[in-house]
Amino acid sequence: MARIVVDPITRIEGHLRIEAQVENGRITDAWAAGTMFRGIEIILKDRDPRDAWIFTQRICGVCTTTHALASVRAVENALNITIPSNANIIRNIIACSQLIQDHIVHFYHLHALDWVDVVSALKADPAKTSALAQSLSDWPLSSTSYFKGVQNKVKTLVESGQLGIFANGYWGHSAYKLPAEANLMAVAHYLEALDLQREFIRIHALLGSKNPHLQTYLVGGVSIPVDPNSQNALNADSIAFMLSLSKKAQDFVSKVYIPDLLAVASFYKDWAAYGGGSGNFISVGEFPSDGTLKNMWMPAGIIFNKDLSKVHPVDQSKITEYVTHSWYEYSGGDAKGKHPFEGETNHKYSGPKPPYDYLDTSKKYSWIKAPRYDDKPMEVGPLARVLVAYASGQKQFKDTVDAVLKKLGVGPEALFSTLGRTAARGIETLVLTEMLPQWIGELAANMKKGDYTIHSGDKWEPSTWPKEAKGWGFHEASRGFLGHWVNIKDKKTANYQCVVPTTWNASPRDAKGKRGPYEEALVGTPIADPNKPVEILRTIHSFDPCIACAVHLVDATGKEVSMIKVR
Amino acid sequence: MKDESIYAALSHRGVSRRDFMKFCATITATLSLPSAFTPKIAEALEKKKKPYVVWLHFQDCTGDTEAILRASNPSVAELLLDIISLEYHETIMAPSGKLAEKSRHDVITSQKGNYIAIVEGSIPTKDDGIYCVVGGRTALSIAKEVCSNALVNFTVGSCAAWGGLGSANPNPTGAVGLQDVVSGAKIVNFPGCPMNPVNLVAAIVHFLTFGSLPALDSRNRPLFAYGKRIHDNCERRAHFDAGQFVRQWGDEGHRKGWCLYEMGCKGPEAFLNCPTVKFNDKTSWPVQAGHGCVACAADHNWDKVYPFYGRLQKVPGFGIETTADKVGLGLAAAAAAGVAGHAVASSLKKDKDCSSKEESNK
Repeated sequence: MARIVVDPITRIEGHLRIEAQVENGRITDAWAAGTMFRGIEIILKDRDPRDAWIFTQRICGVCTTTHALASVRAVENALNITIPSNANIIRNIIACSQLIQDHIVHFYHLHALDWVDVVSALKADPAKTSALAQSLSDWPLSSTSYFKGVQNKVKTLVESGQLGIFANGYWGHSAYKLPAEANLMAVAHYLEALDLQREFIRIHALLGSKNPHLQTYLVGGVSIPVDPNSQNALNADSIAFMLSLSKKAQDFVSKVYIPDLLAVASFYKDWAAYGGGSGNFISVGEFPSDGTLKNMWMPAGIIFNKDLSKVHPVDQSKITEYVTHSWYEYSGGDAKGKHPFEGETNHKYSGPKPPYDYLDTSKKYSWIKAPRYDDKPMEVGPLARVLVAYASGQKQFKDTVDAVLKKLGVGPEALFSTLGRTAARGIETLVLTEMLPQWIGELAANMKKGDYTIHSGDKWEPSTWPKEAKGWGFHEASRGFLGHWVNIKDKKTANYQCVVPTTWNASPRDAKGKRGPYEEALVGTPIADPNKPVEILRTIHSFDPCIACAVHLVDATGKEVSMIKVR
Repeated sequence: MKDESIYAALSHRGVSRRDFMKFCATITATLSLPSAFTPKIAEALEKKKKPYVVWLHFQDCTGDTEAILRASNPSVAELLLDIISLEYHETIMAPSGKLAEKSRHDVITSQKGNYIAIVEGSIPTKDDGIYCVVGGRTALSIAKEVCSNALVNFTVGSCAAWGGLGSANPNPTGAVGLQDVVSGAKIVNFPGCPMNPVNLVAAIVHFLTFGSLPALDSRNRPLFAYGKRIHDNCERRAHFDAGQFVRQWGDEGHRKGWCLYEMGCKGPEAFLNCPTVKFNDKTSWPVQAGHGCVACAADHNWDKVYPFYGRLQKVPGFGIETTADKVGLGLAAAAAAGVAGHAVASSLKKDKDCSSKEESNK
């Protein structure tokens, strides 16, 4: 029996370490550890809650904008503020474009190299690659000479001896199954996707000044003005600009991303049997039809034990976080979980002194806490959303999922896997690119009606607030269910707590010793070469980890915060 | 090993001579150099081998990496594949674990004293640096090893430059910027949240072209990017001078692009070239999109120009001669005094609404 360590796990956000026991070429047990900690929530204490989103957005620059949205929703929920229609639509457009952009980058730049052998592309016949590409879609960049050009770029790179990010990859590993022609096609699309993501996300810059770290949220609405008769506000030009970028993304996703996904999946069908995870899924719903957040286009719900016949309602009071195996201490002992409103986290490192080779996983071993719903580990993310929407009978998702399953010749049970998770992300991207022009159209319709309101200002001044208030804000971020909980006292943030998608997915064991979803998903995975554990990367990357998000803390011990510090 | 010039790499990738010259012109403009320098930059890029780069992630959010992924002129594909040879970058590199560490080890040994290190994220110093560990080693020890032996270090973002968000009060992990843990190393700071990739690329090209770093201020920021105050270059400056202020989010002034000073804009205390270079292919920047500046590039903006929606009590200086160094001193003095109790600038006193607003924000 051997213990293997993969640290750093690359092609993710943040600092993640995986330790795994391997027996007879298979993983028998696994542990996921977050190895970085900042403590942003303690920094929020005693500050103006209207500013919280500017801080929390910086929890993560990959899922930029998501913590900002959850934060303003939490404060609005606490203060009972309903945002105007334009603000709701603009937030929907931002959130939708974030999901699309993030998923494209994930598939091509974070995940693809787990399936695609870049060096093998050198052996491809560009004419056959062209024929393959043209059989999949009518995407125009598909000629023999185009693929020959791409192949030459790879050749130049390899021959230069300066391989950069491609150096020391697992090229030639027996787990790579794609023919050389498919590898060449994928490399071409890797490069195209780099350009597309850059161009498409200009929607965020238009609405929010820049990406990453948009600067357009306000408690009560958004700060980008709307006025078709001004050059300093969103106008007809802006609508046309967004529609044009939206069309580009839709073309790319339907003609490149989805065909690539199906082509890759058809060579790796065995991965529909690995990486199942904990089998429980939660989605809180997204894309509200108006500022009341009552009707969500993407439904909320819970699936237990992979049972798609029943969707359970979400009750936020059933959420708790454990620190039994995390480097924190609870005042009432570490055996019991705590709801985020009672959130208490005293960081206390008790692991080995660096440099170290192994963590003692029988004790505390991660900066990530262990959230549970009704005491169960839950998976969040695109797969959870797609399953909940599918099981709820949401038409767009049901149709798209059924079409993909039919194409691959598998049943819905195949979704509970590494491959299913990766496919669900693609399915969601496709459906969202169809929805994006609809929300842009809603904004145009409001402009036409003369509705230029972007902010609900009657509770902007803290003097209008109650002495005490508390609330929560939920958002379905790229990587899943994100929740912020805020307590406001005397116009200041008294307590702030985030339960983040990767906290759910990358959680360590809880008090009962139950594994988190990453850990559970790795059990049973084959490992051909422990020195090149590409199989671990496949399953871990299928979750799209974001560790900066996952590690957070609120310190409820109430240390004095002085606002001015002189260095 | 065959060495190849940056231009050769670009042209192999199908970049036309015309686009290459356009790129050189953009860099020349960003560096505030006369256009006559464009051919010199082009010439340098035609000759130089791609520089080796190691990009380290510490207490970060990967926002500066995302920013570089949004780079245009050159596009990120050109930058990463043709202009630099990025040997280590955890977010996009192919290998993980031991083979990833091998990539880093290989370049810092074979290219000792010859590679560029780029650092993203703050470095925790409390409790022996236990709050950021990569491959079983602390950020502190990795930074010392990699950055002490680099030809030059570029910090990207406010966290790596000053400690940034993680170091905001009460700084739970003792987070600091690179210059506080590596002494004697050459460091150029690109604060901002995120930093603007245009400036980083411009500095790298400057370095390749002239064999020296661009002129820096006393805090090691390139003057071409950090030498001018946002307030002085702001497209809304005329409205400030005319006393035309946004008073409510979405009001007529807001829709017409008036000054955001009263809504808390920190442009008068922020030094960066956002108004001229903008973000995301020159699409926009915060003030253009209707929100005040939060001085994200300022040292400890999270505490020193806070709260973000409170109006500045004092607008330092009115001439473009004000520098980041002077304002930095002013901020420290104001902070030492506890609360800024200074009178508003005289030209604003005329505006009665201004005065009442000032009271409510105290």
